[in-house]
Amino acid sequence: MGPKDVFETLKARFADAAEWKEGHAGEPYAIVDAGKIVEVARFLKETHGLLFDCLSNLTGVDLVKLKLDRIAVVYHLFSYSQRHSFVMKVHLDRTAPTVSTLSGVWRAAAYMEREVFDLLGVKFEGHPDLRRILLPEDWVGYPLRKDYTEEATYQGIPTTRPNPLELIPLGMAEEIKNA
Amino acid sequence: MIQDGAAELFKDLGEIDSGQFEHYEPEEEMILNMGPQHPSTHGVLNFIVFTDGEVIRKAVPDIGYLHRSIEKIGETVTWPGFMPYTDRVDYVAAMTANEGYAMAVEKLMGLAVPKRAHYCRAIASELGRIASHMIALGAIAMDIGAVTPFLWCIGHRERINDLLEELCGARLTFNYVRIGGVSWDLPDGYAAKTNKFLDEFIGSLYEFQNLISNNPIFVERLRNVAIVTRDEAIDYNLVGPNLRASGVDWDLRRDMPYSIYPELTFRVPVGQGWAGTVGDSYDRFYLRFLEIQESAFMVRQCLLQMEPGEIMAKVPRNLKPPAGEAYARVEAARGDMGYYVVSDGGPIAYRVRARTGSFAAMGMIEAKSRGLMVADLVAFIASLDVVAPEIDR
Repeated sequence: MGPKDVFETLKARFADAAEWKEGHAGEPYAIVDAGKIVEVARFLKETHGLLFDCLSNLTGVDLVKLKLDRIAVVYHLFSYSQRHSFVMKVHLDRTAPTVSTLSGVWRAAAYMEREVFDLLGVKFEGHPDLRRILLPEDWVGYPLRKDYTEEATYQGIPTTRPNPLELIPLGMAEEIKNA
Repeated sequence: MIQDGAAELFKDLGEIDSGQFEHYEPEEEMILNMGPQHPSTHGVLNFIVFTDGEVIRKAVPDIGYLHRSIEKIGETVTWPGFMPYTDRVDYVAAMTANEGYAMAVEKLMGLAVPKRAHYCRAIASELGRIASHMIALGAIAMDIGAVTPFLWCIGHRERINDLLEELCGARLTFNYVRIGGVSWDLPDGYAAKTNKFLDEFIGSLYEFQNLISNNPIFVERLRNVAIVTRDEAIDYNLVGPNLRASGVDWDLRRDMPYSIYPELTFRVPVGQGWAGTVGDSYDRFYLRFLEIQESAFMVRQCLLQMEPGEIMAKVPRNLKPPAGEAYARVEAARGDMGYYVVSDGGPIAYRVRARTGSFAAMGMIEAKSRGLMVADLVAFIASLDVVAPEIDR
């Protein structure tokens, strides 16, 4: 089944909750209503003919510089039995991005959702263990957001370092040469 | 409480005061930090292991020690400028990581790559896969306590590194693949040299077979350990050799063909329960051993089939892919590696995401470690062939 056919099947069941987007380049995708994501995911996994048994990739994109005040969570689905793939997204409010977890549908989601929480600050409701995963637990901010600015220090350690060439006082290079 | 056998044993000692054993708590839980510098964790990687004696209750991976924010860096460098960073995503098999990123950008631009470049990529990738699997096989043996096979494997890997160095100048972080082609054509006499190496290498595999694959002690350490069923493997999104070892007959090179693979003949080994059950640690080990031979066969076919031609497509110097997004999957040495790229039409990527097999494999450790022995956890992690840079990126 092509992605468009998958979408038509989805549309027949969730008429208002899904929207088809044909990108300018690359791959088309569907935007799904964030409130219905668990039902949509279950439908895609369990419906005969769709059977998306594998959540291949889950990630997030901050869309603020694409003139959209949203954070997108992107799900790349794949079916080993039907051998087709499908891309769906949810668009979340940037101030408090929250969406239900899919770790009850695909267990692979748990770790990838932790990563999206860590780097983009999306809260996954109902997640069994939502902690930072790659960054230290006391890190401030979400680095993959487009408006992220790094703190000057982390636990007293500067996060930037001076240019090593400027560390050598003027004239010292001459002294070293002459010594 | 003292067991009957013990009471029998101690009956000559007179009345036993059971009070003296009260401090012993059989249900006591111990927390053990395995890592971050444990030799068998394949890089800087920590497991917090909750054990009851020798039996693990759960092992919680604590990752992120090698996080270099590669995805964030991708949003600050130009499209071609990101290529060297993909080497660092998986430095044990950097060629396929290169290829995956290039494929994602090519998909976004709708760029056709010349045929000879595809052959060059396939040769480099398959040689890289052999090198990576050599490390994996040797490391499994070393983690279990046999050092000799690792040195045997490293020896052959060095010769592959020599070949790849001749191709692109680097031995570890190759930066060989370009968006639209490859950086260098094969040097003179490369086919003869590579075939000579493959002859000697494949001819000597029986040594490895005798040394380790058929070694009863080694087999006993891996068989029926940490069995991953077919459904679990798919649900946890295991990929590549780990997925195939669980009995899923799936290989991107054959089933979602890219590059030149449709024109090559090869078999896809699938876990058979060679020593015990399908999906046990021995299957994951032995499947890699079989894959090496298929890869060698593919390299030979490429060298035989390829014809002179261009190695780079016409790519503008200032690369600006059209606004949009693409997701490309490549069969890397650690399985399906996915690159998701988003472009806003500018010279710098809006978002780059690398999805890796090792990260997904980490997700199943906590659930699968329950009930394993501590020594078997080492075998389990080794047989999954995770590398820390690929987990943390």
